[in-house]
Amino acid sequence: MDILSLLLTGFAIAFEPLNLGLIVFGCAVGLFIGAMPGLGSVNGVAILLPMTFLVPPTGAIIFLGAIYYGAMYGGAISSIMLGIPGASTAVATTFDGRPMALKGEADKALIAAATASFIGGSVGVVLFTLFAPPLADVALTFGAPEIFALMLMAFATFIGLGSDDIPKTIFSIFIGLVFGSVGLDIISGEPRLIFGDIPGFFHGINFLVLAIGIYGIAEMLWTIEVSQGDVMISQATVSVRRILNSLRELTRTWKTMLMGSFLGYFVGILPAAGATPGSLMAYGISKTMSKKPETYGKGNINGVVAPEAANNAASTGAMLPMLTLGIPGSPTTAILLGGMVIWGLEPGPMVFTDHPDFVWGFIASLYAANVFALLINIAFIPAFIWVLKMPFTILAPIIFVLCVVGGFVPTLDMHDVWLMLIFGIVGYLMRKLDYPMAPAVLAIVLGPLAEPALRQSLLISGGSFSIFFSRPFAGVIMVIALVLFALPLLKIAKSLIRR
Amino acid sequence: MRKQALKPLSCAIALGLGLGMMSFVQTAAAAWQPKKPVEFIVMAGKGGGADKAVRFMQNIIAKHNLSAKPFTPINKPGGSGAEALVHVNSASDPDHTIMFTLNSFYTTPLRQPGLNVDISTFTPIGRMAEDTFLLWVNVDSGIENVEQFVAAAKAKGNAWIMAGTGKNSEDNLLTDFLNKAYGLNMKYVPYKGGGRVAKELAGNNANSTVNNPSEQLGFYQAGKTRALAAFTPARLPLFADAPTFGELGKDFVYFMQRTVVGAPGMSEEAATYYRQLFASIYGSDEWQGYMTKKSLQGGYITGDILMRYWLREKAVHKVMLQKMGAIK
Repeated sequence: MDILSLLLTGFAIAFEPLNLGLIVFGCAVGLFIGAMPGLGSVNGVAILLPMTFLVPPTGAIIFLGAIYYGAMYGGAISSIMLGIPGASTAVATTFDGRPMALKGEADKALIAAATASFIGGSVGVVLFTLFAPPLADVALTFGAPEIFALMLMAFATFIGLGSDDIPKTIFSIFIGLVFGSVGLDIISGEPRLIFGDIPGFFHGINFLVLAIGIYGIAEMLWTIEVSQGDVMISQATVSVRRILNSLRELTRTWKTMLMGSFLGYFVGILPAAGATPGSLMAYGISKTMSKKPETYGKGNINGVVAPEAANNAASTGAMLPMLTLGIPGSPTTAILLGGMVIWGLEPGPMVFTDHPDFVWGFIASLYAANVFALLINIAFIPAFIWVLKMPFTILAPIIFVLCVVGGFVPTLDMHDVWLMLIFGIVGYLMRKLDYPMAPAVLAIVLGPLAEPALRQSLLISGGSFSIFFSRPFAGVIMVIALVLFALPLLKIAKSLIRR
Repeated sequence: MRKQALKPLSCAIALGLGLGMMSFVQTAAAAWQPKKPVEFIVMAGKGGGADKAVRFMQNIIAKHNLSAKPFTPINKPGGSGAEALVHVNSASDPDHTIMFTLNSFYTTPLRQPGLNVDISTFTPIGRMAEDTFLLWVNVDSGIENVEQFVAAAKAKGNAWIMAGTGKNSEDNLLTDFLNKAYGLNMKYVPYKGGGRVAKELAGNNANSTVNNPSEQLGFYQAGKTRALAAFTPARLPLFADAPTFGELGKDFVYFMQRTVVGAPGMSEEAATYYRQLFASIYGSDEWQGYMTKKSLQGGYITGDILMRYWLREKAVHKVMLQKMGAIK
């Protein structure tokens, strides 16, 4: 058991007092950063990177890794409590987390999110420990056709998401796709849809701007309309008995947790994908597999568990191409990669052999970070619940400020704040007209990944679609995607026959 | 041959450092200092080569206490640097706005005249390095030199995939050169970022690339990819087996500048401050070590010499883009 002895050495390093302190501190910082709307693990890691030369490289990566981890847990908090995605990776968590909080089940949603994150993270780190080198080879062979097939599968899982009104869902998807195509088109090298050289559109529309607009601002406007000025206080309580009950109920979601964990991990290891698509896909698949898909979006606990398990597993998965190939699987790992260069390490295929202490100390620290993030998170749940008990007249201005900050931070551009406010108003109107929002968010995330992959594939094949079926991985995923697309049609056909 | 190529380089270093010293003597009495955090704009996204270099410099500044105020990296990757150029061009506080640029500093304003960006109005601070380019193939291909590469690419014709970093980018210019110089018909497939391009080659999803050394180094050391030739005047120490295209009879040298630029309208005092600051970063052990490891070339040049370098490079790029048909 070569891996086991290496891992034990790693644990010895991770449990050195300094490193252990860094794990706890990093988890707490990450939790806070993740919970702040707009601030995600990317910002946290980038902001704190200059601090890391105070400690040795192993301590530095352990610290940043713990922040990354903590942020994955923290992202769910504001998604559930305020309806604003705390980080891009937690967008899918708002779909069902927010309705649960509105039903007075905020504590249950928070516990579900924390537990699912723990399971996802643990599965991810075990897979990492056991299969890092072979999985790195798989990730390496994944080219444009495979990525497109995967994205198509993600879209397929979202057929019928939100409402049963198919035309409205399709409309929402197309809105998201159009917004996602704003900015530079790398294939032609030309800017697209920049409305007469408005500089703010050069970098495209950051999907957090859309998500915060339609989930934060629009949600707030909606609540104001519904409450008609009455001071609203959410029903939220927390007690040990309720926590135990929630945990018991959670054991029934083990299938969703495992699905989310494995899916998230595999999406995470693919370069350019990252935790956000992983969590959205897990949500979609969980809904597709469910016997009661109509309860999704209305506070189904599986809708919280699936994306949360997936985003933590994916964040571990994204470390794999970073360490083994020197290729970041997500924006956050891109910064970590930069950090490794600054600390004097050369990430890439040689790092496992050249710096085993560094790699295994880091892997072992992820096990520990998982446990600490869970404990810190659960310890703070009463404090989070207290926030929900504030009257809406106090909460609404806070949410508004957080939305503005969240819209500004990712790009530091006022343009995005105005855009977010516009999305908020449009989102409110769409909600009044009963258009589903989730498909638009999915499309703005996956569109910019799927489109270049499709065009690169067709460039390579000279325009022939056979490239998607002639390669083993692409072929298998493509067939699954097509079956998923066909499933709703089969259901319709079945019900027609029965009639 | 090699010594001759080095001579102007060392002259430039000496001259650049000398100028820095002179201005230091002149303004030592009333030294300008930043009064608030300095915006350090990056023309590329988080995690790319330029971004890593900026964060590395930020760390050197912090580690050696070179500035009382922090330098804050801000990524503006949109539109091949168009977003960054427009931002810096209209900076509200030019004394606290600097930018780390690449060759898109020349090409983007040439391709998008509507931006109204004139690079001769920008304040030259200091060129920190010139990045190099090599021609790479996957080891599995069995190709060991340019001759075999040409034969294989000719045989495959239009099905030979050259991966690169976006249409009309540096990689595209080099691909066009290779196609023309060797009578090839390679297909250029753009990807986002040099790291991704390197991975496509290592994963056998492309037949060749023209990556910077830093992008391929990991795969090269793991024995997955091979450097065939360098677009440099002399062989690179890290890849001593790879001849230059000059040695192979094709006179083509191409560099990517890694330069710090100040906003237009920056005061002379502020410019002097930044020129000295980046001269001392350039001279630091950390930066010199970084240059060796990343196989970066080029001396520190600043002031008027840097401006003349820009205008010359801009003219060269204009001709290249015209030949490509990207501009008229």
